[in-house]
Amino acid sequence: MLILAILVTSLTATGIAAALTWRPWIGWMTAASSAVVLGLGVGLSVTSLSGPQWALHHSLRADSLSAFMVVVIGAVSLLATAFTSRTMHQELTSGVTTTRYARHYVVLTQVFITCMLSAVLTANLGVLWVSIEATTIATTFLVSHRRTDGAFEASWKYVILCSVGIALAFLGTVLIYYAQLHTSGVAHHASLDWTTVMSAAHHLDPRVTRIAFALLVVGYGTKVGLAPLHSWLPDAHSQAPAPVSALMSGVLLSVAFYGLLRFRAVAVAALGPAFPRALLLVVGLVSLLLATVMLIAQRDLKRMLAYSSIEHMGLLAIGAAVGTPLAIAAVLLHILGHGVTKSVMFLSAGEISHAQGTTEISRITALLARQPTLGGIFGFGLLSLVALPPFSLFVSELNMARAEVDAGLWWAVAISLVCLAVIFAALARHARQMLLGGAADVPPTALPTALPASLTTLLVGALVACVVLGLLTWPLQSLLVHAAQTVTP
Amino acid sequence: MSTTYVGVLELAAGAVLLSAVMTLWRRSVRAIVSMLRLQGVALSVVAVDLALHEHEHALLATGALVLVVKGVAIPALLRRIAQRDPRSRESRPLVNVPASLVFAAALIVLSYVVGTRITALAPSVVTNLAPLGLATVLVGYFMLVTRRHAVSKIVGLILVDNGIALMTFLLTSGVPLIVELGASLDVLLVVVVLQFLMVSMRHHSATDRLTEMKALHD
Repeated sequence: MLILAILVTSLTATGIAAALTWRPWIGWMTAASSAVVLGLGVGLSVTSLSGPQWALHHSLRADSLSAFMVVVIGAVSLLATAFTSRTMHQELTSGVTTTRYARHYVVLTQVFITCMLSAVLTANLGVLWVSIEATTIATTFLVSHRRTDGAFEASWKYVILCSVGIALAFLGTVLIYYAQLHTSGVAHHASLDWTTVMSAAHHLDPRVTRIAFALLVVGYGTKVGLAPLHSWLPDAHSQAPAPVSALMSGVLLSVAFYGLLRFRAVAVAALGPAFPRALLLVVGLVSLLLATVMLIAQRDLKRMLAYSSIEHMGLLAIGAAVGTPLAIAAVLLHILGHGVTKSVMFLSAGEISHAQGTTEISRITALLARQPTLGGIFGFGLLSLVALPPFSLFVSELNMARAEVDAGLWWAVAISLVCLAVIFAALARHARQMLLGGAADVPPTALPTALPASLTTLLVGALVACVVLGLLTWPLQSLLVHAAQTVTP
Repeated sequence: MSTTYVGVLELAAGAVLLSAVMTLWRRSVRAIVSMLRLQGVALSVVAVDLALHEHEHALLATGALVLVVKGVAIPALLRRIAQRDPRSRESRPLVNVPASLVFAAALIVLSYVVGTRITALAPSVVTNLAPLGLATVLVGYFMLVTRRHAVSKIVGLILVDNGIALMTFLLTSGVPLIVELGASLDVLLVVVVLQFLMVSMRHHSATDRLTEMKALHD
């Protein structure tokens, strides 16, 4: 029931937005729909603790992991859609967009969110692939929404790279199915249903499964933003409107990562832990190193946030490589903490660049003096992003490191810590420039476009939620443990 | 009966790879699109042939779908782009045509080396053709990397997809219909999206920026 309610809510909002011409209330309506999805997701999390739920003749399925992902999608899309009306108002008044494109924007955002929901709620690993590929199509026009040369270039690269990348994931999925067809006992009812695949996983042919998993890691890894096929990410994130960047960075990457988590469980069952671990460690560490290098000399605010996403996705891959229940639980908490924090960062960066007319770090000055509230939110968001206590990212990174040490991967922890320290220094330097730099030259007057109280409250509330999750994980503890168990054999 | 079935299958699967290699050889976009149409038709012949032999109704439906999407719709879309584009030739490939063909030969050998690891699980006259699909995928990637024309990039993408479809048919007699349906629609939509982007970009800026693409960098 809850599963259907979630999808119907999202689809209804899509339908209303498609049927009517753009009005500001439509933006608020989509925010309300996201809030309902979040609420239903929490409900689903509670019911899923007592076992997986099914709907529509077993074509939809929700275990604790799916329910948790619905909560993440709901939370991030609530933040992003709450900014729809404001973003469209800004763009309409400055002539960047027209009411026609504003309508496209709302409809595509809703389609995008619905595709992500269907990706985590489907019972079928093939439909999971179809849903994730469909998000590419929906987001292309969101990336090119501003219709500048840069925006078109970013969306062109995005479609090409993500489509060819994810094609590999399809081949991997097909090979898993092929391996099942030739596994004694399951051959006659082989399917891509999660439960069937998992029940056959122990007997899958190791040679084929190994090739399949490598293809899946590169394929879904493209969409996650992992090296070597990450190069679409900074372009797309920097060209898209801020709420879209928030959605892409906050949840789209994690939804693709969710696909990897599921297939990792299949691969571990068929091959044992060594091969999946080695593969995920390599892509994770390479992504982390690459993000570190690119963050040091970064000159653009939104690209800085994009590379920070690659950093966090690298950390997730390293955490998943360990694959113990503790590590996976920490990975999931990290997904939530990163999703919420990164959305706050992209949304406030959107406000900053709108007010100051640039995304160049060196030209953004004296934020704290000129826009104290926004500067404060941005500053605290950055503290959360570099995983300082008491934010939840600190807790999840600490637990991932603990799990890595327990698994004997102390060298991976050492490399990660060095990278994180360098990233901390780099971000602190950029932040000092933006928050305090050049404060003497400009009169400390507030810029005219202050955030309305409702949106300020929402952003502050999101950061407070990160602190609460960091201090006491109890509201989530049993859900995280339960969700981690679904993908650890 | 059986020999005709295998003969048709081998011929059609071979045609899929051959048309992929031909797209590297030809330069005019029109000719490349014709090759793609031939490939789409050959792919649907593979599906239908397998379906008739194994009495799989779902695969028969897939074959029809492939014919409509890959044999008709996508080539028609690309043809429209080619007609609008005055400079519809792949004029400056990063690797010239003779060298590309040598590379293609190497990729075919490579796909037989890798492919046998996959087909070893269930060797048969049908699965042994699967390396042809893998070779098509690799030729598609080669095209994506070495060709600059926007249409060539789209063609590369479609070659990758067709190669994967061929492997799917030969190895598994088709994945469940719902997945195949979704995958085909996704490919069609991607091509529509890319076509739309090309047209928008051309309207938006006077120069053909597709070959440049240098506005975004670190």
